[in-house]
Amino acid sequence: MESTRKPEHPLLAARSGNLRRRRAANRGMEISAWVAAVLAVGVLALVIASVAVKGIGSISLDFLTKNADPNALGSTGGIGNALVGTGILVGLATLMAVPVGILVAIYTNEFASARSRNTIRYFLDLLNGVPTIVTGIFIFGLLVAGHQQSGFAGSVALAVVMLPLVARSCQEVLALVPETTKEAGLALGASRWRTTVSVVVPTALSGMITGALLAVARALGETAPLLFVSSIFAPTLASDPSQPLPSVPVVIFQFSESPEPAKHDQAWAAALVLIAVVLLISIVARILSARMRRRLGAAR
Amino acid sequence: MNYNPTDDLTVVDPEEKTMPRSPGHAESSAPTPAPPVTSEVASGLEEMHATRHVRLDELHAYYGDNHAVRGVNLSFEPGRVTAIIGPSGCGKSTMVRCVNRMHEEIPGARSAGRVLLDDVDLHGANVDVVTVRRLVGMVFQKPNPFPTMSIFDNVASGLKFTGTPRGEITDRVHFALEGAGLWSEVEGRLSSTGMSLSGGQQQRLCIARALAVEPDVLLMDEPCSALDPVATLKIEQLIGQLKEKVTIAVVTHNMQQAGRVADTTAFMLDGEVVEVGPTEKMFTNPDDQRTEQYVTGKFG
Repeated sequence: MESTRKPEHPLLAARSGNLRRRRAANRGMEISAWVAAVLAVGVLALVIASVAVKGIGSISLDFLTKNADPNALGSTGGIGNALVGTGILVGLATLMAVPVGILVAIYTNEFASARSRNTIRYFLDLLNGVPTIVTGIFIFGLLVAGHQQSGFAGSVALAVVMLPLVARSCQEVLALVPETTKEAGLALGASRWRTTVSVVVPTALSGMITGALLAVARALGETAPLLFVSSIFAPTLASDPSQPLPSVPVVIFQFSESPEPAKHDQAWAAALVLIAVVLLISIVARILSARMRRRLGAAR
Repeated sequence: MNYNPTDDLTVVDPEEKTMPRSPGHAESSAPTPAPPVTSEVASGLEEMHATRHVRLDELHAYYGDNHAVRGVNLSFEPGRVTAIIGPSGCGKSTMVRCVNRMHEEIPGARSAGRVLLDDVDLHGANVDVVTVRRLVGMVFQKPNPFPTMSIFDNVASGLKFTGTPRGEITDRVHFALEGAGLWSEVEGRLSSTGMSLSGGQQQRLCIARALAVEPDVLLMDEPCSALDPVATLKIEQLIGQLKEKVTIAVVTHNMQQAGRVADTTAFMLDGEVVEVGPTEKMFTNPDDQRTEQYVTGKFG
């Protein structure tokens, strides 16, 4: 039967049922994705906001400079010694983990065969996945049992946590250096090692620093590795790594266990300090990483 | 006392000298009209003179099982520019990368046959690959200055790899930049990054970097294919001026470019050198039918 209507052009046809359904599904997915993103960002904002609100009241110069006194009544004391202790613990851990991590990354990227490279990468990922409490117990058994707690043991535990982070991120960044840049070095008559040190590493340097900074940010907040290894300390300023050293995360834990409500406030304040430092380091790392990407983008 | 790297190379069997010249040896050709020699290029590198010739003797190259270069016999004469033309994938870049032994950097790649620099086989058992690359420089298709280094440091990098004393470096960088025709454009900003230059300038920077170590041979692998016509013209003029100072071989997929810069042209197809001869003859009256079909554009 002939239709007397003009046949509609497919492009101009009114929205058919199928098209309408597809559009609705598309819109639905877009909205769900947006909601998920808002939730994720919202969680972070919520954490920061609640820590800030609860902690800001106890922040003072005294708080930052006086030493912790978990057993004292009232709001005396502060986290001065914990800040110093964290600095020493993380500093020592960085000195141990960063050079080793960088060398591992250089070896796997520049000198290892494809099979070794994948094996090492796999093992680093496994190490990354080891729960930090297990690392803590391991270091306890290795360095503390039979002796005593020490800041050095705490640093080793932190270094074990940091190592796969540094190594993997340096690996990723070294792999981003364009092959043609390496070829230019080789073609000039530089040995493989010389090319790596003088050409590849400087090109990747910002990225490697970023990786190290992110590992430091992670180590600043690690509690479990230190719980058995550097947690029984006196409320005085300590800087000798052969003795247990206080650290901000462990102090937060101890403050929050105290029956004194004033100590809980101090725990929030310490958490605020910790999160502020970690955020700051992450932002610096991000700026550096953007700079590196821009520079490598120009080289491609 | 100038560093003479050929002292490090062992001399091949002296009876080689009596072997007949390979068919790749070019007869004197009608010289291409010389572009005006700028005083800048003339004064730069004025102590360099091309004297060494390169001879490929039954050169084979493989990528795993892929036989990319099949028994090539070819010469690059000093004082002349040799162009290697051919369709994509014919093995011209592979062949040229065998001369400075960059081919073997690729995993799974190997080569056979000899590459003689005067009397010395660069692929010989006792020859150090790093030394080879100081004698045979290379300029790549896409300009690849080191991204983290300034213009000065880029040109000086090859000198630093060879351990040139600091006092000499500044002068040699100056001469190399003059020799590449770049000095007048960058003399006020030697410390700015190499990436701030235009594409053509970056390529001339790479040429300066290669020339700074005063190699005997300069290999150019499609040096202008990533550049605009104005930059291309400048580099072609530069090649004409440099041929007295260093033995030059240029790989190009642009036949007209071969016609403009080269004294001798070799045509490669499927890994073999089909024909080699004076450029004018190759383009107007070649011996081999395949050459004629290629240069008249019957296939590309």
